[in-house]
Amino acid sequence: MSANEFYSLQVNGKNMPVQDSWIGESLLYVLRERLGLPGTKGACEQGECGSCTVLMDGDAVCACLVMAATAVNSEITTVEGITSESALTDVQQSFVEEGAVQCGFCTPGLIVAVHHLLEKNPSPSELEVKEAISGNICRCTGYGRVFAAVEATIRSRNEVK
Amino acid sequence: MTVIVAKELATALAALREHEDARVIQGGTDLMVEINFNHVKPTTIISLRDIASLRTIRQEVRGLLSIGSGVPYSIIEGEPVLSAIPALAQAARTVGSPQIRAAGSLGGNLGTCSPAGDTLPVMFALDAMIHLSTVDSTRVVSIHDFMTGVKRSIRQHDEIITSVDFPIVKGWQGYSKVGVRNAMVISVASACLVADHEHADVRIALGSVGPTIIRCRESEAWLKANQDLSAGAFISPQLAEEFGKRAAAESSPIDDHRSTAQYRRHAISVLASRLLRKAYP
Repeated sequence: MSANEFYSLQVNGKNMPVQDSWIGESLLYVLRERLGLPGTKGACEQGECGSCTVLMDGDAVCACLVMAATAVNSEITTVEGITSESALTDVQQSFVEEGAVQCGFCTPGLIVAVHHLLEKNPSPSELEVKEAISGNICRCTGYGRVFAAVEATIRSRNEVK
Repeated sequence: MTVIVAKELATALAALREHEDARVIQGGTDLMVEINFNHVKPTTIISLRDIASLRTIRQEVRGLLSIGSGVPYSIIEGEPVLSAIPALAQAARTVGSPQIRAAGSLGGNLGTCSPAGDTLPVMFALDAMIHLSTVDSTRVVSIHDFMTGVKRSIRQHDEIITSVDFPIVKGWQGYSKVGVRNAMVISVASACLVADHEHADVRIALGSVGPTIIRCRESEAWLKANQDLSAGAFISPQLAEEFGKRAAAESSPIDDHRSTAQYRRHAISVLASRLLRKAYP
């Protein structure tokens, strides 16, 4: 298949046509600038910071390292697809309550990474949490508040059970 | 620019032969950085992402594990590679972050061919064989012949790296790397050591300390001449230290933005002696 000026992506369960774009644009750029999904943040554009973390066919990846036009056969889930506009998810609620949000720029990427971790592994060890978010750089919190938020989410999910 | 998303290897190979200026992309962790920063402006991109045959791990021949060039590191970290080629699983787990490991692959490490490529020392220590295809031919090349310099290999423009064969060796093996922190780090120096109990020898290959990965043949021969290397042998701390110094002497590091030659040489001597002592506890 040859994708030229027009192609479609499957984002958050919807078929989204991408129009009037340069074909070499990253998925990060396409999500933000072409598809009106600004939740995914752009910072380093070289895969180092994790602020653009999205799920691609169930794997957490950096959207800046995916050429959007090569993702035509993949299911993409952004932070908008994991969360809702009407209420916070338990992970988001824990981030707020534990003070894991300071400047907030890394938060969407961390929310995606933490949801992804807890879906695969509902009771991760401290080391597993550290490894799972090792690709998400936060320059404000020093990570202590983020680990506390992950622990709080796990605790609240266990209580519900 | 044109983007071709191939679903079959044959489609990708035909497109690559047709477009002399084409670049192939698998996980994108190297090429997309170049594109994002306007360092390259390819006119044709051939995506290998959707080619299922490049994403398989097979053991067709006894004692040999064949890993498809597109298998992501996140898969290589686990079984069956973890048990069969533990050093490779370790090296894969040191790459970048979970996000990078879900995208990066052996094909990308080989295609970029950086001396800091984490899986390359494992290939050198295990004498891995690289499978390449064109639209009308295939060839199998030893990793020792494949990598020719910093980001240089014998891969021709119309060739796609399809898989890498790793011998399954009986004995301890490990990969260690030094960097400024645990995650998201490009190695300052790295080493892979393989103890082959069947042949009673030890192989060691070094990364980030020369224009190519360096296999320390002289240190290996010295060790074999001076030490019993069968299973359960005892390695004295003095001998391990001497081995480390010899391995460091075979490296040829440079000063650059990541470290100094002097520190890299020191790091290699520590890594090599530590790996040897771990191999014979």
